[in-house]
Order: sequence, then C-alpha cells, then structure tokens
Amino acid sequence: MPDVTFTVDGKKLTAPAGTLLIEACRKAGIEIPAFCYYPGLSLQAACRMCVVRQEKVPKLQTACTTTVAEGQVFTTESPEITQARKATIELLLGNHPLDCPVCDAGGECELQDMTFRYGAGESLYTEAKNHREEQKWSPAVYFDRPRCILCYRCVRMCGEGMDVWALGIANRGSSAIIAPNGGDHLDCEQCGMCIDACPVGALTSDTYRYKTRPWEMNHVSTVCTHCGDGCKVTLGVRQVDDGAEIVRGDNRDKSGINGDFLCAKGRFGFDFVDSKDRLTKPLVRNAAGTLEPVTWEHAIRVVSNKLKEIRDSKTENGGGSSIGVIGSNTGTNEENYLLQKFARTVLGTNNIDHIRTTDYAAFVRAMAGHEHRAASLRDTETAKAILLIGGNPTEEHPLLAWNIRTNFRHNTARLYIATDSPIKLERQARQTLSLPVEGYESLTAFLSGDDSALGEIENAKTFREAVNAEESLLVIFGQEFRGAAIESLVKWGLAKENVKFAYLGDYANSRGAADMGLSPDLLPGYIPVTTPGAFAEEYPNLSTQPGMTAPEMLDAGCRGELAALYIVGSDPVTAYGTDPAALKRAFVVVQDIFLTGTAALADVVLPAASLYEKAGTVTNTFGDIQLVKKAADKAGVKPDFEILVRIAGGMGADVKKLVPFGRGSITVPAVTAPALSVDFVPTPRPIPSLRGIHGDLGQSRGAHSGEADRHAVWLAARGLELRLSPFDPLAALDEIERLVPSYKLDRLNLFAGNDVHSEPGFVPVASLTAPTAAELILPAHDGLFTSGVLGDHTKALVELNSYQESISQPVAEAAAD
Amino acid sequence: MPKLTSHPDEVKIISKRFGMGAANIDRYIELGGYEATRKCLAEGSEWIINEMKASGLRGRGGAGFPTGLKWSFVPKQSAKPKYVLVNGDESEPGTCKDHLIFLHDPHAIIEGTIIAGLAIGAKMGFIYLRGEYRYLIEIMEKAVADAYAKGFLGKNIFGTETEFQAVVQTGAGAYEVGEESALMESLEGKRGVPRIKPPFPAVVGLYGGPTVINNAETIASVPHIITMGGAAYAAVGSERNGGTRLFGISGHVERPGIYELPMGYNLKKMIYEVAGGVRGGRKLKAVVPGGSSTPVLLPEEIETLGMDFDQVGKAGSMLGSGGVVVIDDQTCIVEFALRTISFYQHESCGWCIPCREGTDWLKKSLTRFHAGFGTKKDIDNIQYLAENMMGRTFCPLGDAAAMPTLGFVKKFRKEFEDHLDGKPCPYAKHVEVALV
Repeated sequence: MPDVTFTVDGKKLTAPAGTLLIEACRKAGIEIPAFCYYPGLSLQAACRMCVVRQEKVPKLQTACTTTVAEGQVFTTESPEITQARKATIELLLGNHPLDCPVCDAGGECELQDMTFRYGAGESLYTEAKNHREEQKWSPAVYFDRPRCILCYRCVRMCGEGMDVWALGIANRGSSAIIAPNGGDHLDCEQCGMCIDACPVGALTSDTYRYKTRPWEMNHVSTVCTHCGDGCKVTLGVRQVDDGAEIVRGDNRDKSGINGDFLCAKGRFGFDFVDSKDRLTKPLVRNAAGTLEPVTWEHAIRVVSNKLKEIRDSKTENGGGSSIGVIGSNTGTNEENYLLQKFARTVLGTNNIDHIRTTDYAAFVRAMAGHEHRAASLRDTETAKAILLIGGNPTEEHPLLAWNIRTNFRHNTARLYIATDSPIKLERQARQTLSLPVEGYESLTAFLSGDDSALGEIENAKTFREAVNAEESLLVIFGQEFRGAAIESLVKWGLAKENVKFAYLGDYANSRGAADMGLSPDLLPGYIPVTTPGAFAEEYPNLSTQPGMTAPEMLDAGCRGELAALYIVGSDPVTAYGTDPAALKRAFVVVQDIFLTGTAALADVVLPAASLYEKAGTVTNTFGDIQLVKKAADKAGVKPDFEILVRIAGGMGADVKKLVPFGRGSITVPAVTAPALSVDFVPTPRPIPSLRGIHGDLGQSRGAHSGEADRHAVWLAARGLELRLSPFDPLAALDEIERLVPSYKLDRLNLFAGNDVHSEPGFVPVASLTAPTAAELILPAHDGLFTSGVLGDHTKALVELNSYQESISQPVAEAAAD
Repeated sequence: MPKLTSHPDEVKIISKRFGMGAANIDRYIELGGYEATRKCLAEGSEWIINEMKASGLRGRGGAGFPTGLKWSFVPKQSAKPKYVLVNGDESEPGTCKDHLIFLHDPHAIIEGTIIAGLAIGAKMGFIYLRGEYRYLIEIMEKAVADAYAKGFLGKNIFGTETEFQAVVQTGAGAYEVGEESALMESLEGKRGVPRIKPPFPAVVGLYGGPTVINNAETIASVPHIITMGGAAYAAVGSERNGGTRLFGISGHVERPGIYELPMGYNLKKMIYEVAGGVRGGRKLKAVVPGGSSTPVLLPEEIETLGMDFDQVGKAGSMLGSGGVVVIDDQTCIVEFALRTISFYQHESCGWCIPCREGTDWLKKSLTRFHAGFGTKKDIDNIQYLAENMMGRTFCPLGDAAAMPTLGFVKKFRKEFEDHLDGKPCPYAKHVEVALV
C-alpha cells in the first residue's frame, strides 16, 4: 500500500493507505483509548471509546475501524470527544461493582485508567446494580461477571488466537454475558490467554486471585523454564520469610519473543519453586548410609576433597578420566559452559554429556558453513510458506503453534504438514501428507523426486508439487529426525534458495546444553575435542581424546570403572533405567532442586536454584538466546554456577582462570571475528512490527511501569561492567562470546530483554566429526501440562492435567457407547 | 380473512390484490401476476435498474434509501455469488404492514425477489421472515413451493436459461435482526449482531458475496413498478418520494388499520379523515409518525405535514416504517416513554456499551420516575443519557431508543415535572401502570 498523508490534531502524519487510524496514531505517539480493540484480533467497534471526529463526517467515527486515506483530517481530543468517552465510562461504571480495593486488576486496570483520565467520578444512578456470583470455570480460570465490560477480547483471543473457540456470548442486551463452551466450565487448552487479554479483573487466575496487589510485587522478566520455545515471562515476585515467592506469571507488556503469548505452563507453572519437596539443605550420606543435612561449607568440602583425591589418584581407577559429569537441559548457558570447562580443565575429563532430547549436534553439523539458513522463532510468524514435518507444536511447542496460526491469519501463510498422526495445526494447513510412522526417513528422497517409498500415498505428489513450487520455505522438523536423516533433509533444502530450517526439541535449554559443549566429543560451539583450535590454549591440560557418553558413564559406573559421577540438574538413573544399587561403588554428587531418582542414591546432594532463581542466558530450540533474570529467592539453595565455582575453589583451582572476573575482566580480546571491542555494536535484526522491540525490564504499565535503567543496560551490553564476583554468570557469557563462533550477540538487544539469534552457520565446517548415535536421543514429548520432573512438582499443572482428564472422560465414554 | 377497511383517498398499488385470494398462485396469475417478471427477463438488468431509479422508490424499511441506486451499487462482476435478501423481520412497535403482504400477496414478494435478482445478477434469494410470524411461514413456504412447481423458480425460470432459487428463512425473535447486517449474521446461523460498515452489503454481504437487502414492502412494490412503469409510479407520490406506502395507523383513533396512501399525504388528514379521528372525540396530544423509534410530533407540528421522508425529516422526526401511533390527551407521556424504552432495552443485542447500558439505565430510571420516585435531576439525567447514546452506538438501535426518549423529554418536560415529589401519575387514566 502506498503511503498517504493525513492530519491528526493538526499534525501531518504519514502511513500506508488502509492502516487503521488507531494504529497509525499509536505509532505517532497519539494514544486513542480503546477497550475492545486489540492489535492482531478482529475488529469489534463495540466499546465506542476510540471515537474521533473526522472532518466532513456527521457522526463521530471509531478509530479502530477507520482506515486512513490521503487528505483526511481527524481530531482525537476535543470537549465533544472527551464527553463521549466520559459518558461511555459512566455507563460502564453503572453496573460495575467498583470493588477495585480487592480486585486483582486494581492498579493494572484499563477501566481504572480510563476513569482516571476521563473523570467519570459521579454516579448518575440510584438503582441497584446488576449482580451475579463469581464462577470457577476451570482450575485455572475464574470469571467475575459484574466486572466484565464485554469487550470480547477473551472471546477473540480464545477463538482467533488460540483456535480453541471455548468462549462465546450468551443472552442479549444488558443480560449479555461471556460464557464458556462447557456451559459452566471450560473445555480448552487452559492457556489463560483470556485472563491476559481481559482489560479489567473479570477473568482471574487461580494462581493469582486475591493473593496480592500489583504494586506489592516486583515484576521480573525472564524466560520460561518449561519447553524449548523459550517464551519470555514476567514473574510477579513478593518478599516472604524464606526469600521471595512468585505469585504471578504473565507477559503483560507483550514484549519479547512471544509477544502476547504464554501457555498454561508459562503462566501457571511456577509453583514448583515453593514445593514442599524442594531441596533446601545440602545432604551428605553419613556412616549409617542415610542422607543427612549438613552446612554448605561441609558439603562443599566433602565434594571438593573427594573429587580432588580421585583426580589426583594414580591408581588404575583414578585420574580425571575416572570422573563422569552429566549436565542439565534447564540450566543456563553460563552454567553449562562452566560445567564443561570445570570438567575439562579442573577435573581433567572429557566424560561430559547431558541427557540428549534432540540431535542438535547433527543439525548444527548439517547447517555449518551455511549462514542465514537457521530460522529464528520470529521467522515462523512471517514466513510465507512453512513445511512442518513431524512434531506436534500445539502440544509441545505452543508458541510455535501460536506463531503459525497468527501467520496464517494475518499473512495467509501457506502451511504444509507431513505427519504420521493427526495434529491440530492441520486446520490451518493448505495440505497435509499423512505419513506412515516409518515414513519420515523416506520423505526427503520423496521430496527430491524418488517415488519409491511414498509415491503411493493419495495426495503425496500434489503435496510435493506444492512444496517444491514455493519460492521460499521454512522447514520445521521434529525429533523424528536424527543423525543422517537430518543431514539429508537439510541438504535437500540447502540446494534450494530461500529455505530456512528449524529443529524442534524439548526443554528450556537443551539447545544451549548442546551449544555449550556438554558432549564427550564436542567443545562449546561444536568444536571437536580432537581438534580444539583456540581451546587448546584457553583450556590448560585439555585432553583431545573424546570421553564417554552419558549412558556409557552410567554403565561404567555400574561396572565399577568410574570412581565418581557429578550430575547437575539431571536424572539419568531414571532416564536410562539404571539399577540404583549398581552405582554404589561410585562417588555420586547431584546438584538439583528435587530429590530425583539419581539424587536419592547420591553421596552428596546439593540443593540448587531453579531457573527462576538465577541469572544468565538460555537458548531455545530455534537458537534464539535470551536473558534469564533472577526472580524468586529461596533460602538455602545456590545457583549451579556458584556451587561449581565453590567446588573448583575447594579443589584448589585458580578460580580466576575458570571465571574471568575482577580487574581485567573488561578486556574482551578479539580472538575470533567479528571482534567484540567496546565499539562493536552489531546490527540489530529487523523485528516484525507487531512485536515490541522496546526494552521492557518489567511491567510497561501500572505502578511499576518500566523505567528501564538504560545506563546499566548500555554498560552491560558493551562489557563495561566490572565483573566483581566469580559468581557472576555474565563473566562466563563474555568468554562464551569470545570462544563460541555461533554466539555473536547483539548485546544491547539481549540485555534489553529481547531475543538474539545464534548462527550455526558460523560453526567451522572443516573440523566436524561423525554424527552422534541416534539412539542417544531421548525425546521428552512433554505436553501442555507436563514438564518432566518440574511438571510433577508443579501443583497447578498437576491439577490442570487431572482436570483435563476428568472433562474429557464423558466424551470417551460416549464414544465407547 | 380479515375485513379490509378502506378510504377514498387510498391508492391501491401494493394492496391491490389484498383480499382477492392472491396467495393462490393460479389466482395470482389470473390477476396479472408474474407478467412483470417475464417482462424483466426480456428487458434485462440495466432496464430494470433504470425503471427503479425512475420510480423514485425509497426503502420502506425506514431509512428511505433510493432502491434503484442501491441496486446499482452491486458490482457487475463478482467472484463470490450475489444474493437478494428480503427483510421481513418486521418488529418495530407500531408497524404491521409487511405481514399483510405476506398474508395476502406472497407471490408479489417472490416476484420482486426474482426481479431484484435479475437486476443485480443474483441466482439466489432469501426471504427472511420474522420468527413471531409463525402463521405466515406456511403461506410463504407454500407460495415458494408453488412457484417452483410452475417453473418460476429453479434452474431455468420461465423456461429461460436464467437460474433463480429462493428460500424462506425465519428469525428467532430479535428486533435487532431487522438491521440488515445483523440479519445476514442470523441467516448465516450466527448471533444476530450487526457487522462493521464499510464494507456495505452491496459489496460484501451474505456469505461475503455482494448482496441487495430490501424491506418486504419495497420488494413487493417492485413488480407493480415494472407493470405500471417507473415514471407513472413516481407520479403517484411527492417530490423525490415515488409511489404509495402502507401506513399503519394505530393508537387512539376510531379506525386503526393499514392504509395505502400516496407518499406525502397530509398527516393530520390521515388521522382525522382516513382513520376517523381521535377515539371518543378526545384531544390529540402527540403523534409518533413512523414507528416507535421516531421522535414524537406535537399537534401543531402536523398541520401541514406531508408524510414523506423529506418533509417528516424537516419536521425533526422520521418517516421510518410508516407506523403512525396516535396519542390522545389521557395518555401519560412518561409511561409512553417507559413502554418505548422497555422495548428497546429488551431488544438491545448488547454488542456496544452505549446501547446495552444506556437502554438499561433509561428503563431503570424511567421506571422509578414513573412510580413517583423521581427527582428533578433525574429528568436531566434521562436527557443526558439519551443525548450520549445518540450517534454513538454501533448500529441504529441505540439511536432508535434515544431519539424518542429525547423527543419526550424535550417536548413534554412539564409532564415529567408533574411526576415529581411522590405524586401519583396525573395523566394515566385508561392504561394500567406497566412496571416490568
């Protein structure tokens, strides 16, 4: 659309023809109030708040439905308009309960804000208000009807945004009411998006309602700890006796990678931090064989002495290679980086791994040397055509599913799905190819023209024709692909222009764990230990001999060939089905937040902080890196980063070599291009217009409106902040940036709370090793309400899970009849 | 068959077959029916639209938009199918004209629908009947079935290559669905809530296709216009208001009923001569000229008032649906206002705030006021509420509720003041106080 010029309140504005006036004004800094208007959802023109005066038009016009054209003249503020808005608010307040003093939304309520602005301070009516009792629609969602102003945001968010259509309108006139599809309960995905969209306190969440007031919380933007999409979540945190508790999760400032979106896990799944099962004291196995609470000093001394002893032992079953280290899928990049550096330089072993849920090594190997071919999660919102092979985004990657739906709705993106079982996104798909379970392997060959395997499937050829006819394509594939299968699929796409890739994996930082070198054969950045390059100098005593994989370590431990196992945030005994009794001979140390199957048999258990209780960065499955900020606080626990530094210190290691802190920590020497000097400011990637690029640092409205500490962000982004503590994970980030080729970060963007894409194309091609064994991959396949060990300890998710089962039962019974 | 009263001034065009058994298709044909359609099939689209433009026919639903012009807005080429919609959701209090057409002359509706279809190039017509008109459904459905049987509807109507299908659909009881876009929503099986305009139905209407939607009386006038010629039809009415209209006179008159009179007919004459004057020789207090949504007129305002869209508009009211409600001097205006607002409160769809909340509070306030518990400030409040609904709502229903209320408060403020201080209603002599 060509740009047009029009006048608003005497100012000349320019916008593409057809832009909604309300949007054009917002971009120009002129705020037009609205309740029912919500960017990205269908237009309602129901609240009549956005009325403006258009020259030569007799009636006031709604800015949310007026499209701009050349030469138009608008007035957005005048006594007439103010009166119209005031009258509308007076009408709304007529039946509103005005229970602001106890309402969840009090202080964050758009109706309050509007009343404040337009001053409808006097009640015109003496009659009783219409009243109805509050309703509980599900374990997550409550509806307080009298507060509802019928803006229909929830209805549209649920229907258009989520494609769930669980909400509608019942009755009419002044009896009109928002009603759930189940009559008195919700049968939906329990995402809570309706609560977030609600401009008032009509929809409230079980986790937050009547708990606190918004101004009593600190609002901390961090990254969700559950799935591999890495949504930004704003946690509302309140001080309590033993630290700081999380009372709310949302993304109300709509910033970051997920914009509006959060699913049930991100929004409600935080109560594990206060679970009574939390480990809060270090435990050491005593002479009687039971785990006994001890002080941190004692526990660290026990661990460091024992590890030192084993490392320095010259016996057959001694030395660094007799220690195995297993890292975490939910720890930060800095922790994982530090863990492998600790293993390789302090313990002197390449026996380091993590429970691999996704074959990122094979993916990066295939992408190495091909820049701009790895897709960011943001690409899924703008790609013109998407080929989804395997995976189930709606269940396992809710943000990806949201983005695909939004892309379909706003840009009529063409979605092609190849799947072995029906998935919900097929509703948006242009074509779906039903594959046999074993069909993924043959799909690449079929797409390249080999009919032998899949040619018989009914629509296979038209599917292939359509996919191949696309001028640009985003290929997203699931964990069905591993090893050589990934390589051939990527090769097929790389041969075409404008094809990008994304690989779907589990957990908040599985990608980071692989990127940071939690592998027996790969250093950070997928650099083989056999040809360590710069690491040879950086890591003293680095062995170039690949170590054992995680299952190998456990097997070796059971055979008594491993003297010690150091396990961080991971439960390999349960995951690999290891016999707990067989591990008795090894000295097992576990850092975790719960007493997992592995922790239960450990000699020392160290209570760790969860992702919500520490700082650092994580990388989602698309390779988008985001900043994790400390939200909650729990007395007794320590972040994995600090624990590792303390143990290394206890072992007599030079802590300053492990973590570059203190004087001189500012220097960011140029080891790899592009050099990260003080003046280096990477070019920010263009970000889709609907998403905020503003640095939010918390709440963008309400009492804690985000006055970002721009000075601090700037200093941090340029590496000018002195790392005063060896426990500062950002000191490790400096080193990661220096040594990991794919982590060239636009730090200003990162520190302002946005996502920064890593580039596997920067991984050097020459030094790649053979693909990993496909059988090492153990996909978690967590759904909407499960999240591995965390999910089991999250009451809100457990409740939702059983609720979903209970409401789906009658349907199953009916089907059985 | 109800007795059809008449008056010498009546000009029988739409009603000329009333009472003659024209619901029977053979009788209808005998009376010259379906000749207009044949003529239109021969003459073609452009000719039809020109005749319609020449006729000066303006929408009989209430807005008075020139019908020929409306039809000409429909794009000639369209990727989506085009539709003709007949709005028979007659629900405005004081209005009961369309039901007579459905009752006596259903084939005129079908004929008008086919002709509208020929004019805009539609192959499908929907006749949307008010849900409460249960007794008309059978008549209308039989008429459509008969037309199909005769080959007047179907794949090849009248033996030509032209296709036209028609379906009768009923509403579920909502005044709001009389609004054209809400009717389309209802017809599509959705909640009867109006759509955002633009786009207008002529461009994006039913199922997203270009749609012409006309009031049943408008559609029934079409075959007559074709038969007598647009110019001749125009000559019957007043300036820029072609033809005749079915005026429904109700309230306190001696002979209430539906009368077909030329556009521009004097309102005073209509009340005092055609309808036999105010009942029982009482004095005229006020007249609602065009259905309950139109602002009330005082006796002195109707002396020379011609009943056409332009003249009534100039007098500060609207011709609307042509439902004239006559109010005598023993009627309480406050109660009348309450009755009126009660209807709109009940019928508001609830979509937008000013209408949903405004009608509710107006009703609550007027109820209390009429019961004698009002204050002087309430009168201002009622006026303030109505003023702030006017022109601010999503669809005209809000205006329809606010306009008459404003009229009552402004023109009869004294009667409101007479209800103050706990006094019993000093006016209502023959109507029980209706508190809902």
